[in-house]
Formats: sequence, C-alpha cells, structure tokens
Amino acid sequence: RKVTAEVLGQLEHLALVDFRDAEGVERLQKAIRFADQLQEVNTDGVEPMDSVLEDRCLYLREDDVTEGNCTKELLKNAREKVEEYFVAPPGNIPLPKLEDQETFLQGS
Amino acid sequence: AVRACGGAWRRTWQRGALGPGPARRGQHAAACNARAGAVPAGKSGLAPWMPVVGLEIHAQISSNSKLFSGSQVQFAAPPNSLVSFFDASLPGTLPVLNRRCVEAAVMTGLALNCSINKKSLFDRKHYFYADLPAGYQITQQRVPIAVNGSLSYSLCIDNKMSQMVTKTVRIKQIQLEQDSGKSLHDDTRSQTLVDLNRAGVGLMEVVMEPDMCCGEEAAAAVRELQLILQTLGSSQAVMAEGQLRVDANVSVHHPGEPYGVRTEVKNINSIRFLAKAVDYEIQRQIEELENGGTILNETRAFDSKLGCTVPMRDKEGKQDYRFMPEPNLPPLILYDAKSLPANMNHQQVVNIDWIHERLPDLPSVKRAKLVEQYGILPEHSFTLLNEDGLAEFFENVVNQTQMKPKKVIGWIINDLLSHLRQHSVTVKESPVSSLLLADLLNLLVKKDISSTAAKQVLAELWKGEGKTPLEIVKEKKLGLIQDEKELEQICQAVIDRQENE
Repeated sequence: RKVTAEVLGQLEHLALVDFRDAEGVERLQKAIRFADQLQEVNTDGVEPMDSVLEDRCLYLREDDVTEGNCTKELLKNAREKVEEYFVAPPGNIPLPKLEDQETFLQGS
Repeated sequence: AVRACGGAWRRTWQRGALGPGPARRGQHAAACNARAGAVPAGKSGLAPWMPVVGLEIHAQISSNSKLFSGSQVQFAAPPNSLVSFFDASLPGTLPVLNRRCVEAAVMTGLALNCSINKKSLFDRKHYFYADLPAGYQITQQRVPIAVNGSLSYSLCIDNKMSQMVTKTVRIKQIQLEQDSGKSLHDDTRSQTLVDLNRAGVGLMEVVMEPDMCCGEEAAAAVRELQLILQTLGSSQAVMAEGQLRVDANVSVHHPGEPYGVRTEVKNINSIRFLAKAVDYEIQRQIEELENGGTILNETRAFDSKLGCTVPMRDKEGKQDYRFMPEPNLPPLILYDAKSLPANMNHQQVVNIDWIHERLPDLPSVKRAKLVEQYGILPEHSFTLLNEDGLAEFFENVVNQTQMKPKKVIGWIINDLLSHLRQHSVTVKESPVSSLLLADLLNLLVKKDISSTAAKQVLAELWKGEGKTPLEIVKEKKLGLIQDEKELEQICQAVIDRQENE
C-alpha cells in the first residue's frame, strides 16, 4: 500500500514536515511497515498500555506559587520582542498549496 | 427577567400549526414544544425547524498556581512575568499536577451529578499557534475526570416572571486541561504579540449535550453553572475576565429528520451576548436553508457590535489534533472512603467522599431554603441569588425588622433592586445598608408613615447623606398624622371648603 500524494500533503501540513524527495517518502513508507508489525500481535483481552509509568503514583503538588518572575531570562531567547511581549507572525503562515509546491510530490 | 424565545418566533408559533410530528429525541422535543422552542414555518411555508444548541464551556480554576507548574495565576500582570520555564515550553521541563486543581474538578463534577472517574488519563492535543509554545495542549480526551452529569436550570415562560419551568441539560464530561497564552494582534505592523501569563492556567472544560434549543435556554444554563461554580469556589467564573468562556454549537433540522450541519460560535463575552449569538445563528441558518443554501461546518465569531456571526479566519480546513497519551504523566487515581490506601501520605490522596461531605449548599438548595424559611415565591429566590449579596442583604433586613419577610421581599426586589440598577451599583456598594432599610420598614410597620412616604424616604436615603429614616420623615413632614383631633380639624376644613364653592 503506497501512501498517496494527498495523504503526504496532509501530513506535511499538519506536522510541518517536508518530505522533500523520493528517499524521504520511502523512509516514511519503511517506518509505516515497521510499525505495522504491531498488528501481528494478538492483543485480544489485553488492556492497552499507554505509558511505562502506569503503575507509578502521580505526584500531586501543593498549590503554592514557587516559580515565575523571570521575564528577562525568557525573552533572552526571543528573536524579536516588543516591550515584554514575544513577537510572532500575524497568524499561522499557511504552507504553499500542493499545486504551488516545488517539491518532488508534484511529480507523483 | 429573562424573556421568552425571540419575539418573532413566538408570534408565528401562536399563529401557525406546529403539528404533532415526532421528534427524534422525546425529552428534547417535549421541552421545546412546551414553549416557543420549535421555530415554525418560515415565509415559504416549509416544515417547522428544530434548533439544536450544545455548549462547550471553559472555566478557569480558581487556584494560586497553574495546573502543571508553580507560576502564579493572576489577571492583569506585566506581560510574561507569571511564566515558568515549563510554561514557556523550554526543553527539559516536566508537568507536575496541582492538587488544588484536581479537587476543584472533583467538586464541580459532584455538584453536577457526575460520575467521578477514579482513574483518568492525560493526553496531548497537537496544533500550532503562537500562544501554545509546546505545540500541544495537555488535556483529558480519552478518560476525563468526570462524566455523565446533569445541570438543572429555570426559565420564565412569559414576560411576567410569574411562571417558571425547570429544564435539565446533560453534562457529557468535565476534563482538566491547560489554558493557552494570549495573542494580541497588531494588524498595523502585521504581527502578533504573545503574553504567556495565561499559558498553563488550569481549566475545567464542561461539555454539555445539545439539549438546548434557543439562546434563552443557553443563557439560563450558563448562568446557573456560573452560580454553582462561584458557590463552590472552584472558579470565580467572571466572563468579563475570561474566567468563563462559552462556545456554542448550533444546528437546525426538521422534526423527524437527522440533525443538520452544525457551526461553532466563538468570541461570546457575556451571558447576554450568548443568547443573542445563539438566536442570531439559528435565524441565519434557517434563512440560509430556506433560501436553498447550505450550512458549512465552520467556526464563526460573534460580533457584538453588529449583533451577528461571521466566519473566523485561521480556522479553515479540518484540524487533526493527533491525540496521544501524555507520556510524562501517569494515570490520575482518586480514592473514596472504601478504597483509601492505609499508609499513603495524606497530601498525595484526593478523597472523593471527603470532598462530597464538604460541598456547600448549591444554589438550588439555597433557593429552596429561602422559600421554605421565609415564605417567599420561587421567582423571588431566583432574583435574590442572581444578584451578588442580595440574599444576605434580605436576610439581614428580615432579622432587624418586625415587618414580615413576605412583605420585606417586595421592598428588596422592587425598590432596592431598582435603585441599585438605576445607579449601576452592586449590593455591596449600596448607600442604604440593611440596618437603614430595616429602620425604614419598621416605621412602615408601625404605621408611622405610609407606603408612598416610605418610598420617598428611601430615595432620600439613597443620597447617602447620613440621615436616619426618622430624621428624614421629620424633616419632610412625611409622618402619618395619628392625632384624632387634628384629623377631625383637617376633614372639617375640607368639608367647609367644599360647601363654600
């Protein structure tokens, strides 16, 4: 089963990943095949485990103020700032549509 | 008082024939058919419309620190001053759950008749936005902390507030989740300024089933939820400060047919606007469909100035949130009296039964007690609880006057309240204290003044010049004349004047 160009386009849009060329897409296909091996295991009647921490106790913290007040330090990493705000583009910048992309995907 | 469902619908409801068509959900249909909930034939004489309204409510948890970090929760602080490294999503930081937030969610779940899940899980909901530094929000999508509850609320059937009907909306679930930061859009410079003070603040998302049919029902349900949250103290639920946010899901369909496409309406900033936004959207959808158009499954924003909903940008296209379990948090385990572990540290245990025993009287219970104790009408009890501090004021007056509560209530609800509203003042800010009002009412009870005079005195007292009711009565000569001889003289004078004409 090959991954369709449409699905690849959706993945790129959602995950902001650029599959770029045939090798990139083949790597994705290999990763899917690898993960599909999980389907071979019979899990009837077995509760799914979603974390190796599942038997650990979830630590509950007291409701005290112990952090914050480090504006300067946080803003040190910001490429752009205005007063004490981080600066971002006006909205999510959409990826170029499939038709406009110059990547390999267009050819497939 | 809350008015009935949109004037226009009511007129046609009374004229038109709705017919006995069976609706797909009996309870819902019965509720809506009892009032003007179903919107009957439009201009083209098509079958009647059933509006369906569901709500997603986010209530900010009232706590000192955030859901997963120790930075402070506070409205209006210098930008990015209440932000920890975890809130800014710096690498190497981990979430640590705040116990108070868990308790708040359990309290709220219990107050809304939910089943509390003794084991609930945390998940990541992924999407990209500048005010979500991690690129995902930690929420509870698979197994939330509370499920399957209900919320009862009341509505007036007509304008007179004399007939109230009780309705119920089912609560699908309550989940704990993180709030995002705040984006300030600077369109002139084509940029967004981001403040992460709010990022990571604890939220309770209350998901209501689509059991409502109009703006009035939605508003009444949210008002009751707000009162409950404030009574519990789990959230201060002030909409103006963003502590209570409501998104409405609206669709319409013909009775007996499948549900229509729904739209999501956001940017609703008050309970009044909620009713308007929902009613506008219902009307918009009906008109669109009756004109042969279709409804898009989209997100729309309510424009309070224009009183309409408009499509929202940045929400085009279907979102895939790629939910996955939060790998850094084990399941949240809650206990009750039976399952309480013997040797565990108290501080690490949240006991559902312990919380249940300590729940305060909910608004519905408070109202019932007021009605029983003072013999007032149910509608009065609603008004008393709807205005912050009014119930306490009423009880204080009753305790300081000989006037019967059934008479006192009229003075509170009609006179005091209208003064408060006229001057846009809260009960706490009232220039007339409960003691002053009690003194005034005592004069009335003793028949030292008439009811009309009492109203005049109240107006004088409102000026807050420090005079007592008795002083004002003497000053303005408002006292009822008790002396029989004097009364006889006055009457005789009037009769004499009549004879002379």
